[in-house]
Amino acid sequence: MDLATFLVQCLNSVQYGLLLFLVASGLTLIFGIMGIINLAHGSFYMIGAYLAFSIAPFFGDRFLLMLLAGVLLTAAFGYLLEWAFYSYLYQREHLQQVLMTYALILVFEELRSLLVGNDVHGVKVPSWLEGSFALGDLMSYPWYRVFASVACIVVALGMYWVVNRTRLGMMIRAGASNRDMVRGLGIDIQRLYRIVFAAGVALAALAGMIAAPLSSVYPGMGGSVLIICFVVCVIGGIGSITGALIASLLVGFVDTFGKVFFAEFSGIGVYLLMAVILIWRPEGLLGKRA
Amino acid sequence: MTFRRTLAAAALAALVATSSAHAQAQPPIKVGLMLPYTGTFAALGDMIEKGFRLYVEEQGGKLAGREIQYFKVDDESDPAKATDNVNKLIKRDNVDVLVGTVHSGVALAMAKVAKETGTPLIVPNAGADAITGPGCAKNIFRSSFSNWQPGYSTGVVAAQKGYKRAMTITWNYAAGNETVKGFTEAFEKGGGKVIKDLTLPFPNVEFQALLTEIAAQKPDVVFAFFAGGGAVKFVKDYDAAGLKKTIPLVGSGFLTDGTLEAQGASAQGLITTLHYGDEINTPRNTAFRNKFAVTYKVNPDVYAMQGYDAAQMLAAGLNAVKGDVKQKDAMLAAMRKATIDSPRGKFTLSPQHNPTQDFYIREVKGNYNVVTGVAVKALADPGRGCRM
Repeated sequence: MDLATFLVQCLNSVQYGLLLFLVASGLTLIFGIMGIINLAHGSFYMIGAYLAFSIAPFFGDRFLLMLLAGVLLTAAFGYLLEWAFYSYLYQREHLQQVLMTYALILVFEELRSLLVGNDVHGVKVPSWLEGSFALGDLMSYPWYRVFASVACIVVALGMYWVVNRTRLGMMIRAGASNRDMVRGLGIDIQRLYRIVFAAGVALAALAGMIAAPLSSVYPGMGGSVLIICFVVCVIGGIGSITGALIASLLVGFVDTFGKVFFAEFSGIGVYLLMAVILIWRPEGLLGKRA
Repeated sequence: MTFRRTLAAAALAALVATSSAHAQAQPPIKVGLMLPYTGTFAALGDMIEKGFRLYVEEQGGKLAGREIQYFKVDDESDPAKATDNVNKLIKRDNVDVLVGTVHSGVALAMAKVAKETGTPLIVPNAGADAITGPGCAKNIFRSSFSNWQPGYSTGVVAAQKGYKRAMTITWNYAAGNETVKGFTEAFEKGGGKVIKDLTLPFPNVEFQALLTEIAAQKPDVVFAFFAGGGAVKFVKDYDAAGLKKTIPLVGSGFLTDGTLEAQGASAQGLITTLHYGDEINTPRNTAFRNKFAVTYKVNPDVYAMQGYDAAQMLAAGLNAVKGDVKQKDAMLAAMRKATIDSPRGKFTLSPQHNPTQDFYIREVKGNYNVVTGVAVKALADPGRGCRM
């Protein structure tokens, strides 16, 4: 492998890792702060992608506006969902959480099948992001992939700022470490959770919307994302957003270079990474010791 | 509309039945349809059933003078449930003939049970080589293709075009690996060399790393096997990476079947091979397509055609024994020897019961896979490992 190819592969790794981070951050947020194992998280990614497919024609080239509209819609949806279903799960054991969120996967898949059907659909890249620039003598790199990476970085920075620099972020961190104490201080923990959950749903959906033009939308797209997201959360340490970022990039690199060098075994590379890290640090890279 | 049509057909059938009331009333032939009616392959199962029923209705709702009674089981494309599902049809419903299915894993389980019980089985899609290879039996037939076939015919085309160095890319699972094997066999026989096989786990669609690898190796041609959502994404990514302009992409027909609308401009001009295509301008195909479109208000596809031919194969067997399914050996022998007048063109069966059929070169133009020639005439699956 020459240097140019190596650098392009690094770019591929980072871009894949960043998109993974966007989905996984929502999962780790909900898992770490609310203590809920949310199997339906992949469905929110799927909902985002199908939403992009459904509303894209109305927005034309105003892609950013579409993303904003999608985020608001899905956040509202998440808020409602928390009120209707998830708020009953906090005091329950993990098995019941798994059962209910798995049921939600089935419901969402069936609704998707009824509303949009089982066909594969493409989503058009907005015209101002069409085209690509040359990389090396043969390869070119689509501008949209650059946009997707930049968008992921912007969201990551925004999240960092909210969690570490704002009052809301402080309450969220406090709620994660001691639920009862926060309630004792007169903070409406129920509402806080609802906001966190809505944000988690919106993050997954945003990732779905950004990924839609890259990956096209198809039935079952949430399932594959869900598994890799859990891997990211576990590697990074449950509840740690910085950990999720590092883990996403690690997974991106291992997956990309695994495919190139060990094609036969590329499926297990990521899981091997997870196993090694868990032996070394059972709580994940940046997880708190239980 | 369809309902009214069915009603009319039923009334007509009733009229015919009463007017020939003196003929002895034979019980209907029980056909067990084991197809995916839910899940990713639901649309395919639906098309196969429509095709099958269309042929039966063209014969007045009867084959060899006997009514057809359908028993349906949704196989959910789940190999784990396949044995139970097929036993429901064989043991509970006591079907005379089995038809199914799309998913190769499920079809292999069906074939195993059918081999044990001796129930005639017609596979209307699943391409697993083993069904007409090591797992073959005198009562197991296929109306579609073996995975090896479209790979092989694409390899012939690629070698004829003068390409010397090829790379292949597919999901690391049976259908992908078998198709790639077919391609490699023909391409290397034609003087080319496959320099690298790229695979990724099913159903992973993160192709970027492998596309970069293709750009680094600079082969003359790339052979791809993907289907459904993976096919859409691969073709779009290949184009977006700028490779389509410099390294031609070829594939088995499933790369561009039922996916063209989503693939859009990225698929234009792609060359694939398959045993069917759009605009095969024969009277037989035109009649089939018109009849299908009028009856169901949708255009038939390759799956509908395979379902239709499954019914034709059954009819060939039943006609030979005048509808007496008890004479199983004679019926199976007639199916084996039949020449099927398919919309794809006439075909016969190999000794292992896989269609020996023409493979077409198709080029993507707009939303159609337009047939531009024949890649291989009467291509027979080698049926390796079959002992009958």
